[in-house]
Amino acid sequence: MNESTPIQSAVAAKTFSGSHFGDRAFRWLTLFMALSIFVLIALIGFELANGSKLSLQKFGWHFLVSSDWDPVNEVFGALPFIFGTLVTSAIALVIAVPISIATAVYLTELAPLWLRQPLILFIELLAAVPSVILGLWGIFVMVPWLGAHLDPWLQRLFGFLPLFQGPIYGIGMLAGGIIVAIMVIPIITSISREILRSVPGLQREAAYALGATHWEVTRIAVLSYAKKGLFGAVILGLGRALGETMAVTMVIGNSPQFVKSLFAPGSTLASVIANEFTEATTDIHTSALFEIGLVLLGVTVVVNALAQLLLKTFAGPGVKPQH
Amino acid sequence: MTAPNHRWRNFKNTLMQTIAFLCAILVVVPLFLVLYHLIKQGFSSINFAFFTQLPKPVGESGGGMANAIVGTFILLAQAAVFGVPVGVLGGVFLSEYGSSRLNRWIRFAADVLNGVPSITWGMVVYALVVVPMHGYSALAGGIVLGMMMIPLVMRTTEEVLQLVPGGYREAALALGIAKWRAIVQIVVRTALKGIITGILLALARVAGETAPLIFTALGNQFWTHKLTEPISAMPLQIFAYAISPYDDWHRQAWAGALVLVMFVLVINISVRLLTRDRFHHNT
Amino acid sequence: MDVTIKQPVAAQPSIQEHGETVALALRNLSVFFGDNHALKNVSLDITAKAVTAIIGPSGCGKSTLLRALNRMHELNPGARVEGEIRLFGDDIYSRAVEPVIVRRRVGMVFQKSNPFPTMSIAENVTVGLRLNGIGGRKMLAERTEQSLRMAALWDEVKDRLHAPAVSLSGGQQQRLCIARALAVQPEVLLMDEPASALDPLATSKIEDLILELKKDYTIVIVTHNMQQAARMSDFTAFLYLGELIEFDTTANIFASPSKKQTEDYVTGRFG
Repeated sequence: MNESTPIQSAVAAKTFSGSHFGDRAFRWLTLFMALSIFVLIALIGFELANGSKLSLQKFGWHFLVSSDWDPVNEVFGALPFIFGTLVTSAIALVIAVPISIATAVYLTELAPLWLRQPLILFIELLAAVPSVILGLWGIFVMVPWLGAHLDPWLQRLFGFLPLFQGPIYGIGMLAGGIIVAIMVIPIITSISREILRSVPGLQREAAYALGATHWEVTRIAVLSYAKKGLFGAVILGLGRALGETMAVTMVIGNSPQFVKSLFAPGSTLASVIANEFTEATTDIHTSALFEIGLVLLGVTVVVNALAQLLLKTFAGPGVKPQH
Repeated sequence: MTAPNHRWRNFKNTLMQTIAFLCAILVVVPLFLVLYHLIKQGFSSINFAFFTQLPKPVGESGGGMANAIVGTFILLAQAAVFGVPVGVLGGVFLSEYGSSRLNRWIRFAADVLNGVPSITWGMVVYALVVVPMHGYSALAGGIVLGMMMIPLVMRTTEEVLQLVPGGYREAALALGIAKWRAIVQIVVRTALKGIITGILLALARVAGETAPLIFTALGNQFWTHKLTEPISAMPLQIFAYAISPYDDWHRQAWAGALVLVMFVLVINISVRLLTRDRFHHNT
Repeated sequence: MDVTIKQPVAAQPSIQEHGETVALALRNLSVFFGDNHALKNVSLDITAKAVTAIIGPSGCGKSTLLRALNRMHELNPGARVEGEIRLFGDDIYSRAVEPVIVRRRVGMVFQKSNPFPTMSIAENVTVGLRLNGIGGRKMLAERTEQSLRMAALWDEVKDRLHAPAVSLSGGQQQRLCIARALAVQPEVLLMDEPASALDPLATSKIEDLILELKKDYTIVIVTHNMQQAARMSDFTAFLYLGELIEFDTTANIFASPSKKQTEDYVTGRFG
């Protein structure tokens, strides 16, 4: 029962189809491309550390706690900027978090269906508006309005606090915080929406069955279940707030001073780099700015990593990390 | 039969719902405010000259942002060249190959990279490209934007490829098609629209970036003739005009911002409308 | 490379009584998914140009057995195949053989029809040829018509070969998938519950098609529908919990099974 001819030709055909080489080559190619991520991370870390060498050597830890920023005398301390970044981010979160979560709740639980898609689209569009354009609007529209209306009103109400004292220019820490809030709200809202959506319906049904009102269902069954994920969304928003550059630079006033009032001009880690980098003439100045970049990078990476961990442990494959 | 605090609970319910509704409106208001002012301040300045002329020196009115518009496109083209192949192929790896452990790390790292402030990207490319080249250049600008695109495109490509049903891969392999060909000519081809969508969104995102360009491309009042020269870009020009003390430049900043925002929003809207039924579910 | 066909080692009563050729000879075939021994020591001979049905209750290993025949388990990183499978005498798991070659000789049609959505009807039929570097417009056009005729689909689509493949009905799509598999000119065609997702009319078309195809191809079909197995197949293998309980001519399996388990299953007492 030998059928030699068809089998012999089959034997000849089977030794090499070329696909093996193609498969291996393609696999290596795509692997290298994927590994570029690690290369990029290494590059960023290395270049920032390398660029900061001079400053690190000269100032050491002192850099982080000193408030002298004096390019002329070549003394640099980053405290005002760390402070500015923290304050604007804090203001932004205080404004953004309640609004974002409330909006996310509205979109997932309360809004009529016909309204949901348009609102979601508008929020995504707001997220897409470039920072510099928001900054432009900030300088010419928001800041004058703040100076003429909101700031004086706040000073009238809360002027006994040092936070709200001092001359009003419109620009300043508060302006910076508000504009960062506007930029950060879409992200927190989107992620929160996904988190809330992934809460199993059973939780809600159980609460309804107990005779709870709509709001109570949301509070008990949804929000508390989703706490961890919502916290992750907030942290992600914080990460974005820390790194926000252009819009902040345009409305914060860019004064490298340590200030106590929200109405005073200030500076953030990102804004000082944007302002001074191209004008830094001395190596030490440039290196100090690199070190600020390094601090900024370190802080944002840690915050973002934390956010990713929180989001992954909560929701798994359903939640897509936003840029 | 009603509980004693029923009225209070109902009131709270209505109150919370109203607050939530107001918040949702509040979130969307800035978008319309910004668009309103852009149109109000910028529309009248958009004319033929705007698109075709170079900026005039200070003091002279008129002129346009032609070099910035072209500059943005040149930078985006470079960014696509640097970022798209790496991003797409990397996304293919994440979806079709790799161990789950390695891939988890790569994904995590890519997501973290997506959160790195854009200004730090600029500083890195400054050290990497501008310093060795002894000058700012369009090439440096293209490189930094391309680098920023890589993690974005990689993740969106991976997500889209994962949506392709496994049955197609099986059928292709069962026909004796080599795995790499099956991936490229069947799986990727099936997901192509989604991949392109991801690329367009990433391009729209980096088109609006200013900070990284400040110390790579720098900006240019004139036409750029070589990639090794500094180049103008719309966000850069808008920023420079906005912080200047000249009214005429402010007017042009509004116009430029309007054009840029239209570009970005049109891409975002059309992309999201086109893929809405396929990839998004209604709440 | 040994090219002679060994006499099948009969673990079962020999059914090669009339000198038919053995297309696939399975010896001690086992499949493991991690620690799970999903298929246990199966040995049987698949006769050429005949229809062999694999039946058994859910989870008995029918699909696992089928997928071992075209090395599809290699797509699953946790899977391990042991034992020997010879295709017309050639060891298909030998190191010298690439899986791609095996899969061109042993085609497969799946339960859920999956024509490639970005391609037209004609493009789907020839995709196995084109992506393997086999071309020539004339040849492809001829092969397209030939395969579609063999799949009993030609008359229905000959005027719209360039229409998207997804515009066809479910039954038509499945026949398209059969045409696509046939275009590569395999020696054996594996079918994993090909009609289970189809309505009765489409199902009967597929069954008629299979009866026609067996004149030229060896067909191995997995089915959970016993009446279908009884109608269409020449030989039947009954699997239970990963083991081959009985393998015989269909007539014997259904009319006079030797094992009680077989009898219980085919008479519907379980499964």
